[in-house]
Amino acid sequence: MSAATQERPTEEAVLPRPAWGRHLIVLAVLTVLLIPLPLILPPATQAVAVRVLIFAIMAVGWNIMSGFGGMFSFGHAAYFGLGAYTSVWLLVNHGVSPWIGMLAGMVVAALFGVMVGFLALRYRLKGAYFALSTFAFAEMLRLLAINSDFVNRAVGYNVPLRREFSWVFMQFAPGAPEYFWVGLGLTVVAIAVSILFLGSKLGRFTIAVRDDEEAAAAVGVPVMRTKILTIALSAAITSVAGAFYTQYYFFIDPDGAFGPTVSIQAILPAVIGGVGTIWGPAIGALVLGPLNDITATLLRNPPPALDFLQGRAGLDVIAYALLLILIVLLLPQGVYGAIRERVRRR
Amino acid sequence: MSQAEAAEVESPAPEARGARRRPPWTLAAVAAGLVVLAIVLAYVRSGNTEVVSQAVVTGILVGGVYGLVAMGLTLIFGVLDIVNFAHGAFLTVALYITVVMVNRFGIYPMLALVVAVPVMFLLGAAVQRFVLAGAIGKPLENQLLITLGLALLIDNLLLLFFGPNPQSVKLPGDTAVPILGAVTTVSRLLAFGVALVLAALLYVLLRRTRLGTAIRAVAANDSGAQLVGIDTRRIYMTTFAIGTACAGAAGVLVAPLVTIEPTTGELFNIIAFVVVVLGGMGNVIGALVGGLLIGLTEQLGALLLPGQSPLLSIFIVFVLVLLFRPQGLFGKTS
Repeated sequence: MSAATQERPTEEAVLPRPAWGRHLIVLAVLTVLLIPLPLILPPATQAVAVRVLIFAIMAVGWNIMSGFGGMFSFGHAAYFGLGAYTSVWLLVNHGVSPWIGMLAGMVVAALFGVMVGFLALRYRLKGAYFALSTFAFAEMLRLLAINSDFVNRAVGYNVPLRREFSWVFMQFAPGAPEYFWVGLGLTVVAIAVSILFLGSKLGRFTIAVRDDEEAAAAVGVPVMRTKILTIALSAAITSVAGAFYTQYYFFIDPDGAFGPTVSIQAILPAVIGGVGTIWGPAIGALVLGPLNDITATLLRNPPPALDFLQGRAGLDVIAYALLLILIVLLLPQGVYGAIRERVRRR
Repeated sequence: MSQAEAAEVESPAPEARGARRRPPWTLAAVAAGLVVLAIVLAYVRSGNTEVVSQAVVTGILVGGVYGLVAMGLTLIFGVLDIVNFAHGAFLTVALYITVVMVNRFGIYPMLALVVAVPVMFLLGAAVQRFVLAGAIGKPLENQLLITLGLALLIDNLLLLFFGPNPQSVKLPGDTAVPILGAVTTVSRLLAFGVALVLAALLYVLLRRTRLGTAIRAVAANDSGAQLVGIDTRRIYMTTFAIGTACAGAAGVLVAPLVTIEPTTGELFNIIAFVVVVLGGMGNVIGALVGGLLIGLTEQLGALLLPGQSPLLSIFIVFVLVLLFRPQGLFGKTS
């Protein structure tokens, strides 16, 4: 991805005046428009909307490290899982509110990110080796979780049901609009953080290091510290998705937290929407989130031509996979990147 | 391949020639020492010679197959510079070819090689020509994502057509065989033996034929190879096809040993990555040796870390190799 963005640096990197003020205004307007959404949507689609938000948070996190930072992570499941497990462990064993658990998860995930990043960068892993090392760390966490009594082995955790619904414990009536609002709030904060990150000194350093590490180092950018802080920020954001996921689905197990599928789910929205762009991850999540339900409906009542597919599993992932391959081959800058290109050329 | 061969195909720089002349004896000794240490520790830990010799025999036999899978993967990496996440999925396709051949047509499992290897060769060629060729010269991540997409696609197409129920293949006359104080089975011995023969064939192909020379030339320097008249696009396609055929052959060999599900290949993919990094990306002989080492790691690790998944010890070795010797045991220091 880095080479593609090198040819055409992101607007934030080259514009003399930072464009982040405009992005924040767009974000604020979108938020206001989206708040009444759960009151309008039928309850069945609300689950889809929440899934979109979870995808978006994961991908916004991944995009900071791998899109803006140019360090391809194939192991964001580690951070998602640490967020999920830290919050649920504190909740189940100590009755700590998931909000505090979420903050704790962010700290744990960021620390783990710092460790992984430090090891990988200290030993100068690049490209494929770097991606494989992130993958290995996520898998090690999964295997450790499966085999340790400390976190209930392969069984994982169920979130205890409460008598009354409460904001403090992030638990509401099934299908309540509050879930959407919590998810929306978290997503908006995540996107706002990524906008502010790009406008900040750290963000500018990160882009500089991604585009030309040696040149950045030559003008005095602290390369190692920049990279590690970027990884920590990315990890913390993705961990929030894990904590919220657990509260929303009431359940987490090692495969659902640390499995390779989770890492893929953090990558896909960003790639589909546009890697290294502010809005790409959210747009990609909007494409990916509903795919599951569309294919599920298709399989329940297949059109005559696809009759043989009735009751079979796998079509949703096939759709993801085809979309992924086609996007990478035909629109390497993603949906948002391609649209932006079109607009700019005009 | 790429690193070591570079010194041979081009006229080598002086220090590269020096590195080439000095065989990695120290490293081989260290690796052998670590294996011996692991065996001793496993013995201390379990206090039972039979268990340890069983682990060593099983580890080596399984390791041969890992080596074959990894040879295909490392060849693709060395020549095409692609981190191929679809390798395990190709292996799964071969598993299902074997299932259909054996359970539907009653053919002897090993004979499925005759069908699976050519089919996988053609499939690999088609995938490279029609999907991956579009991403040549693009950033590494693009190719990684495409192969990831292919892996998901293949796994789930298999799920769609064969369903999630585990299947198995029985080798007729699969009896227990005592060997070196341990017990193994005919199917394991056969898988190991055939894997070694195929690995040797691949080695001869790369070393002694015009095609092999061309492949090594492209691995060393693709623009140089193009200048001397090698059709690099054809070599890319052929190499990917050969690598995929290796995965296919390995799939047939392990069919009697594993539970066959649409996701069975994932495990082999992960292990093959570890083996490839351990042996040095692009190094075919390194992949074979690495396969044996990882086979041993898996089995001895289960003894050393009881109660943990055998994969954990593999990942620990993986991370250590990545951090301390990312060029692999047989790679040149960069």
